[in-house]
Amino acid sequence: MAMQFYASPEQIMRDRSEYARKGIARGRSVVVLTYAGGVLFVAENLSTTLHKVSEIYDKIGFAAVGRYNEFENLRNAGVRMADLRGYSYDRRDVTGRALASAYAQTLGSIFSEQGKPYEVEICVAEVGSAPEHDELYRLTYDGSVQDEPGFMAMGGQAEAIGNILRAEHSVSHTLGEALKLAVKALSSVGGEGGAARTLAPEQLEVAVLERARPGRKFRRVIGAALTALVAPAKADPPKAEEPQAEPAKPGVSKPAATTKPDVPKPETPSAQ
Amino acid sequence: MSAGLGSPGRLPASFTTPGTSSFTDFLTQVAPELLPGRRTLPAGMNADLAPHATTIVAISTDEGVVMAGDRRATMGNLIASRDIEKVHPADPYSLIGIAGTAGVGIELMRLFQVELQHYEKIEGAMLSLDGKANRLATMIRQNLGAAMQGLAVIPLFAGFDLDAKTPGKVGRIFSFDIAGGLYEEHGGYDAIGSGSLFAKSSLKKRYKRGLGITEAAQLAVEALFDAADDDTATGGPDVIRKIFPVVMTATAEGTQRLTDEETAAMAENVIAARALQPGA
Repeated sequence: MAMQFYASPEQIMRDRSEYARKGIARGRSVVVLTYAGGVLFVAENLSTTLHKVSEIYDKIGFAAVGRYNEFENLRNAGVRMADLRGYSYDRRDVTGRALASAYAQTLGSIFSEQGKPYEVEICVAEVGSAPEHDELYRLTYDGSVQDEPGFMAMGGQAEAIGNILRAEHSVSHTLGEALKLAVKALSSVGGEGGAARTLAPEQLEVAVLERARPGRKFRRVIGAALTALVAPAKADPPKAEEPQAEPAKPGVSKPAATTKPDVPKPETPSAQ
Repeated sequence: MSAGLGSPGRLPASFTTPGTSSFTDFLTQVAPELLPGRRTLPAGMNADLAPHATTIVAISTDEGVVMAGDRRATMGNLIASRDIEKVHPADPYSLIGIAGTAGVGIELMRLFQVELQHYEKIEGAMLSLDGKANRLATMIRQNLGAAMQGLAVIPLFAGFDLDAKTPGKVGRIFSFDIAGGLYEEHGGYDAIGSGSLFAKSSLKKRYKRGLGITEAAQLAVEALFDAADDDTATGGPDVIRKIFPVVMTATAEGTQRLTDEETAAMAENVIAARALQPGA
């Protein structure tokens, strides 16, 4: 007769945690930090289409590490929840805190009820009217949620990356300074024998929640704008602080998208 | 109320189910009461119960499109609103104007805006201009029951086509009927609403190919003036209260609303020209 082995609840939870942590630590890292003009997301990501950083709502951004299918699922849920709330109430009533709490509940019940926990770590960021009102929430696989102090790192070797951010982060940084710090932190780990690496702009996925932007504040920083921003400060071109908007799909009569002047997405439509 | 609004527990399964990028489809599952076409109406005609929004014109140019709407909403013989706004951006590259029952129209427009943005966020790419127009047609179709009881709403949709192959074909205009029929207007302009007959007659004489965006905007304001001249439900420029038509453009730079000063100047141009030759 088969023996039924007893495993204590503590043991089960420990095993699940370990499983989730291992999965998360295998992935490349993501850094989120506030700067004078808003919130900056920097992910190490070779793909230009499978995003680790995305827009949830007007002021809310999302970043994740871990298994793509799992965090993509949560991202969709977040977009749906935010749009449902915004449509039922008002666009201003969609908050990062409510979203973080829904994610926490969801991750928590998946962790305790399902056989396999989600191997993800998530950041929900909301840009406020002033730097002191920016909010960063870290959500982990077991549903715990933390309010982070202006910067956070997720993924493999998050601790080492976080230490560099802790030492140098300042909310008065410009976008260029914040991005250079994020790249420095990300590239400080993972080299040969623990040495630093060099990260090319093509290996980065960068996006910002821009405080000054009307309506939808999320914007990806790509192409020439990104290259200019991560380039070592030699001449420090003034336009580096004014990166171009995410080039829309080029229209017929438009010049190359990267030479286009900054054209903000028009204000978010709002009905009467 | 609907799931997900302040519910303390885990997000319901419908939130995490993959498959649909449509906000309307999602609402059908979680909160069907929020959809405009899902309400049962008492039998009978209800046409005069709710305010009506009136005339909208759209003109395409080589650079994009212009859409303009007057500011009046009527309820029978009464003016329900003097400063209603009936032209709105649907997304960063397209515009929507509504005529018909104002309440239903505005609800439909809000839903359409969320629909487009929702798709863009979930998919990471915008719908094509034709895709947007088809989506709007589907939404109108769902309102057919209400339309037959007098709560009809007809939109006008126009936008800058990011996928256009030929220069000069970037600005496109789509019109609809209450059954959800979708028609692209190749003539370069269109108008909807009670004053549309007069607005179109005005444009028929004055529209020509190769207009600039500003000229087209001026033309749209003039067409609305003609509509207001002959249709009581269309409001003309209100110089006393400083209420002028809403004029919006959609070009490669995105959508933009002309400032009140710009539309005021355009309206004053028309008034000055008509003062010399009022017509009968």
